[in-house]
Amino acid sequence: MLSRVRQLDKALVVSVAALALYGLAALYSAGQTDVPTFVTTIWQRQLVWLGLGLILVGVTFRTSPRMLEWATPFVYAIALLLLVLTLLIGTGAGTAAGSKSWLAIAGRRFGQPAELAKLAVILMLARWLAALREPPATLRDLFLPGVIAGLPCFLVLKQPDLGSAIVFVAILFFMLFWAGTKPSLLLLAASPVIGLVLAFSTVAWGVWIAVLAALLLWWRPYLWEGVAIMGLNVLGGVLALPFWNRLAPYQQNRLLAFLNPDVDPRAAGWHVIQSKVAVGSGGLLGKGFTEGTQKRLAFLPAQHTDFIFSVVGEELGFVGVLVALSLFAWLLFRLLGVARKASDPFSSLCVFGIAGLFFTHIVENVGMTINLMPITGIPLPFFSYGGSFLLVCSIGVGIALRVAWESRQSGYAELGQ
Amino acid sequence: MSGFHPHLLDRRLGVARTGVWIVLGIMVLSFFRTQILGHGKYQLQSETNRLRPIPLPAPRGVIYDRNGHVMADNVPGYTVSLLPGPEANLRSTLARIASIANLDSAEIAHVLQRARKAPYQPALVLADAPFKVVSALEERRVAIPGLLIQAEPKRRYPDTAVVAHLVGYVGEVTEAERATKRFALVRLGGLVGKDGLEREYDDTLRGSEGVRFVEVSARGQMVREAEAAANLAPVPGIDLHTTIDLDLQRYISKNFPAGQRGAVLAMNPNTGEVLALYSAPGFDPNAFVGGISPEYWRSLNESPAHPLLDRAIQARYPPGSAWKLAVAAMALKRGIVGPRSHMPIPCRGGLQYGNRYFRCWDPRGHGDLTLTEAIAQSCDVYFYQLGIKLGVTSLLEDANDWGFRGRTGIDLPGEIPSEFPTGPEYYDHMYGPGRWTSAVALNLAIGQGENAQTLAQMVRLYEQLASDGRVRTPFVVRRAVSSGEASASLDLSADQLATLRRAMIAVVEQGTARGSRIANLTIAGKTATAQNPHGPDHGWFIGFAPADKPEIVVGAIIEFARHGTAVAPLVSRTIAHYLGIDEQRAATMRVTVPNDSAPEPFQIPVVVPDTLPLQLRLPPMRPLPLPAPPPPPKPIDSAVTRPPTR
Repeated sequence: MLSRVRQLDKALVVSVAALALYGLAALYSAGQTDVPTFVTTIWQRQLVWLGLGLILVGVTFRTSPRMLEWATPFVYAIALLLLVLTLLIGTGAGTAAGSKSWLAIAGRRFGQPAELAKLAVILMLARWLAALREPPATLRDLFLPGVIAGLPCFLVLKQPDLGSAIVFVAILFFMLFWAGTKPSLLLLAASPVIGLVLAFSTVAWGVWIAVLAALLLWWRPYLWEGVAIMGLNVLGGVLALPFWNRLAPYQQNRLLAFLNPDVDPRAAGWHVIQSKVAVGSGGLLGKGFTEGTQKRLAFLPAQHTDFIFSVVGEELGFVGVLVALSLFAWLLFRLLGVARKASDPFSSLCVFGIAGLFFTHIVENVGMTINLMPITGIPLPFFSYGGSFLLVCSIGVGIALRVAWESRQSGYAELGQ
Repeated sequence: MSGFHPHLLDRRLGVARTGVWIVLGIMVLSFFRTQILGHGKYQLQSETNRLRPIPLPAPRGVIYDRNGHVMADNVPGYTVSLLPGPEANLRSTLARIASIANLDSAEIAHVLQRARKAPYQPALVLADAPFKVVSALEERRVAIPGLLIQAEPKRRYPDTAVVAHLVGYVGEVTEAERATKRFALVRLGGLVGKDGLEREYDDTLRGSEGVRFVEVSARGQMVREAEAAANLAPVPGIDLHTTIDLDLQRYISKNFPAGQRGAVLAMNPNTGEVLALYSAPGFDPNAFVGGISPEYWRSLNESPAHPLLDRAIQARYPPGSAWKLAVAAMALKRGIVGPRSHMPIPCRGGLQYGNRYFRCWDPRGHGDLTLTEAIAQSCDVYFYQLGIKLGVTSLLEDANDWGFRGRTGIDLPGEIPSEFPTGPEYYDHMYGPGRWTSAVALNLAIGQGENAQTLAQMVRLYEQLASDGRVRTPFVVRRAVSSGEASASLDLSADQLATLRRAMIAVVEQGTARGSRIANLTIAGKTATAQNPHGPDHGWFIGFAPADKPEIVVGAIIEFARHGTAVAPLVSRTIAHYLGIDEQRAATMRVTVPNDSAPEPFQIPVVVPDTLPLQLRLPPMRPLPLPAPPPPPKPIDSAVTRPPTR
């Protein structure tokens, strides 16, 4: 056992441990408000979750990738089932009391199946893409992976949880890229979404359609593909308004507030403005651990989950932010390295998908604290309080550790170095 | 697969690494811009972060009766609060305004406690300030930092005690309530319905609060309103349209014998709509607005009459003879008797059963009666024999099927379930298997024994008799959604129902309640007397009219009324008033009816060997059996033992 521990990928272990400790400290500080609330002692519960996470890392590490590959369809099916169940009997919580994202039985909340579904999609995509002889080359090849990620994405959208739904799309594109799909094909596949977003400005949309037409002529895909892409883009432009109207008012407001927080400075824009004030007032060295006034005076919303990074920015300043981002970067690069050196495509795709999951969450969560990203309320790995996502992260780390260990055993690692 | 050649992987790894570098680089640059370049600006904003949100309460929805008369609405009122600040400042400010606002030290302590609980909200000082106080404070505004005077809608109940139990009242939300999902979104200090319709339909009546932002100086003084665009207007609550006939409700309240305790419930038998629900003694719901005074609260809680208790749905009484209709319906349904069936033994003032003699209420005896006559005369001997024919098992089974053990499901909070044994196993449990005899059927047949019903439950039975036998859950606003309700029914044919109705008409015309016959109106109904070991018996009367095509069913119970016949005039007048019959004649109507007081109840078990030790012979009785004293009033709120001071 001890020898195995020594064979672990040290960089992974150290970066994750450092992040977990940093996150716990931030969570502790998040609870230190002038008026104690339930958040004050929440770090203790997070400690329990971390303990459980550690056990899960151990269990996953002892699971061979073959075993994992075999179990993947079942995991995927269970995740889908839980998502459907959540839609039927789910409840909301905290700031999202109106949505149905928690699986609850008799009032006790058991977890957010959307987090499990993210892992399930990674595994399922890895299994499907690894079995291909050639990388996906046409739109038709992208159909099935699209369904694999699209089903849970759709179910999560119904909750409604826009943030998590975006994560599924991101994972799909990251994994398609790692499987060797041509970037041009990925761009074409993503083009309807881009068209949809740009449809809010007629000029921008017109330019995009012209560029797209030029790209299609340049890349020369199959005729039907070109026609389908063009049609979808036009459709996106047409559907943009109805789609916008279908969004819940709070979602509309969040998107609008992202573009200009001052539009709605007290309601939707309030979070962004207060978070920016918190981060900005932190300066180079911050106001000192647990001393953030924005947080203490309860100006920061959801300071223990969505906006925990604002606490870091306010109290530890730019230096604290740099340290956190460096740790995240270290973890991401390490994961990319493991994916590169993995002994088989399934493992490689799994680890890359996990890296993609972390990356998306980090960019989205950290980005929204300074208004780089719209507010969507997805957790920051190892920082935000919450059992479901922490456990999913732990499983991801466990898989990565195992894959790293396998490639080292097979001697593949040495080739790469 | 071919895509995983190391060379290709290296190329993709390069792309991925570059991507991560670029994105993280952008983020670091953004943080640099915000934290280093923008530091001065945000530092200032953070220090001057002095916008204070002030909640704007939403006016609660108006409660109307069926004709659009107002039962609860809002009038403008003033609240006085202090903006949040350090406790020492608050304390000195409070000391300064104490003389103007008539605050004693307990009230000051209460305000400070309130401020500690919700430190970012204005601390409420006076929930309902008189105009004189408001203007006096306004004059001294400069000397009172953080003073906030707001015009806020104030609840008003124009009919006060007449509608008290029905409409309920509002009060400040408690900690315990805020812990529940239903009230989780209510701000600390917000008002919620505490009882009656205010409670039941609080979610729609409440509306949602708005907010306005004011900017305060470092001393906590209000500097100016923030720009108006920032404010969020409150959304008023949704009006509630009830089925109540306020005119009838007032009429009942006016005619209810003064100083008596009891309740009246009027319903439309064809729909289940509640037309009036009155419980006496009442209380003034207006006294709760803006915080109830401790003296009034104490008087309500300590009064032996329990004015807060809604006797229509929160008190159980033995149904007495009113229950005989239920037994008759069971016997008809099971085909045991017909309308003209006689019993083997005619009434000679009592019946020997086993080793016991069961008395009829009339010691002179009624002679040989048919079912119709027995109902009209309320003959106990007839019903003893009917009970034996039915048997304990059938009696228990039907009563449970028809919901005499449970709630009616009326859309008012705090309804208590009626009590009735679940089945023969109840007696096995109470007295031991084989230690009781079928003699319990005799007791159950005349509405005594282990049987305690709410007024609402009994009125529902007569509502079924008055219509087509189907169960209609009583409702004030909307029918409660309950499964299987549509199918639940007495299972009687139209003929059988007509038989029972005829028998009840006979009650009014010739029988125990003949005094309540009015002009050209035929009322069908039944009197009852409920044994009360604590004092004079309680009186029941439940009637409906017109007897051939009922439009209203009214039930009443008056505590200590001695006989049901004393209650009959109140019900008859109520019905007559509703149907628009000559007011004068109804009001001067006299009632002379014979006594139908219930015979002495007998003690179970009846067959006990004399050798058994005493404590075995008299098993401990559950609080359930025989005349239940009115239960203690439901606590207004278990979390608050002390009334909130103003």
